[in-house]
Amino acid sequence: MSRPALGLLLLCLLFVGSLFVGATPLVPADLLTAEAWALIRDSRLPRAFAVVLSGAALAIAGQIMQLIARNRFVEPMTAGTGQSAMLGLLLVSLLMPGAEIGVKMALAALAALLGSLGFFAITRRLPPQEPLLVPLVGIVYGGVIGSTAVYIAFQIDLLQYLDIWMTGEFSGTMRGRYELLWVAGGVAALSYLVADQFSILGLGEAVSLNLGLNYRQVVLSGLVVISVVTGLTVVTVGAIPFVGLVVPNLVSRIAGDNLRRSLPLTAMAGAALVLASDIFARLVVHPFEVPVATVIGMIGAALFLWMLYGRGQHVS
Amino acid sequence: MIEVQDLSYRIGTARILDNVSLSLPRGGILALIGPNGAGKSTLLSLMARLLPLQQGRITVDDLEIGRCDDRDLAQCLAILPQSVQAASRLTVRDLVGFGRYPYHRGRPGATDRQLVEEGLALFDLLPLAERGLDTLSGGQRQRAFVAMTYVQDTDYLLLDEPLNNLDLAASRALMARLRDLADRKGRTIVIVLHDINFASAYADRVLVLKGGRLVADGPPEAVISSALIETVFETDARLHLVEGRPVVLV
Repeated sequence: MSRPALGLLLLCLLFVGSLFVGATPLVPADLLTAEAWALIRDSRLPRAFAVVLSGAALAIAGQIMQLIARNRFVEPMTAGTGQSAMLGLLLVSLLMPGAEIGVKMALAALAALLGSLGFFAITRRLPPQEPLLVPLVGIVYGGVIGSTAVYIAFQIDLLQYLDIWMTGEFSGTMRGRYELLWVAGGVAALSYLVADQFSILGLGEAVSLNLGLNYRQVVLSGLVVISVVTGLTVVTVGAIPFVGLVVPNLVSRIAGDNLRRSLPLTAMAGAALVLASDIFARLVVHPFEVPVATVIGMIGAALFLWMLYGRGQHVS
Repeated sequence: MIEVQDLSYRIGTARILDNVSLSLPRGGILALIGPNGAGKSTLLSLMARLLPLQQGRITVDDLEIGRCDDRDLAQCLAILPQSVQAASRLTVRDLVGFGRYPYHRGRPGATDRQLVEEGLALFDLLPLAERGLDTLSGGQRQRAFVAMTYVQDTDYLLLDEPLNNLDLAASRALMARLRDLADRKGRTIVIVLHDINFASAYADRVLVLKGGRLVADGPPEAVISSALIETVFETDARLHLVEGRPVVLV
């Protein structure tokens, strides 16, 4: 069986499996009752969709960010994009408390875009022979923006909100509360249409210009994808770290860097990783659960260390 | 024809290029030589719109650099930048295939695929076609990038120090292929070289830059002389005529 087909099968199994995991017991035999269907329709299915959409979209966003930065160690959630989205959300909640969710979401994405532009404006000036400086600067930059958000939230007594955005989890996902993630998934999927252009970006500015690419425009459209995906994820489920870092690195090792081939795998692997982590998060202290961000933090760190040291190969 | 008029370029207060004007008719190999920091790469980058024009004007046939459409230019002129560092895991075939991107914009047709196979064969890359760029040696990777610019199928080909990572055999093979492209397909090749002996052996015309100015221009036998080595490169290497062509004894 081909790799994409195998991945799709695994993803489907995880998806169906996830419908039967949760605080309320549900086994396939219950499917004949109306309550079971209501549970699936209102809670389990929305949650499964939310997990799959955010996992796939975040992995794609990470992939695009790494190509733009030409650095395999960056991802939106740690390099200022996620933190900027939170800061933007906080400011909207402060200045326009009655704003609709659509407005909040748009402003969070805009803040995320400004944050990513800032990140690239800073890292452009770093010497290219020091690739590790880029993620380090990203972590510091993200840290500064995150701390600003914490300070403001502390002053106006909104720390508990910030905590929700900072720790991604799906326990509150219900029908009617997660649908924005379809937009994130759609935007990420659209990037497949310009997959070649993103692949060329990874070869650098000179090669891109030589091939007649409008470099700035392609970079900007990539940043818009990253920002929309990150902003919407933070608004709906909160920040989920490491997906955008680990998944593109793993997929690149297996399937190379031609996005036309690897992007579907990246999306599937991202969805599968978050789905598996979310199932684990629901099972580990059953009938309670831990935030999926915590689980991914652990799995992601372990995977990343394995990638760095496990095979005696360079990651860059 | 590439025409350069009154081209100047500064970085901060440093003058990199100072009022350079030249015209390069179609066909042949033109070598740009000169000491480090003479402005050779800057001149090449400006011609290929990799750097923004500050002062002066460059036209390639009827396209004016800075005004014309990027895609039109990409079908007329290709550049191989200096030291393309690629940590990319693209395969060689994918990379060479991107040379056709200016034509197909993401939807390669039969002609595109055929040209890519031709390019792979011409540069002996078929055995490496499915390898990732990150697994190649510096010289092999360089060859893959040259093949990509070849497949771009442009009248003008600009190469910035393409011999950097190559050993003697690979350097000679590459120059011979370029010679062939110029002779049989009428391509115009502008190439920055450090080794004067390569310029002397393969170029039809040599342009010498020093301190951002054009100091000599003509066929290699006329331009490359002991006086040039002394005044431009400021070293006292001796020069001999071997089989009618000047050779620098290093």
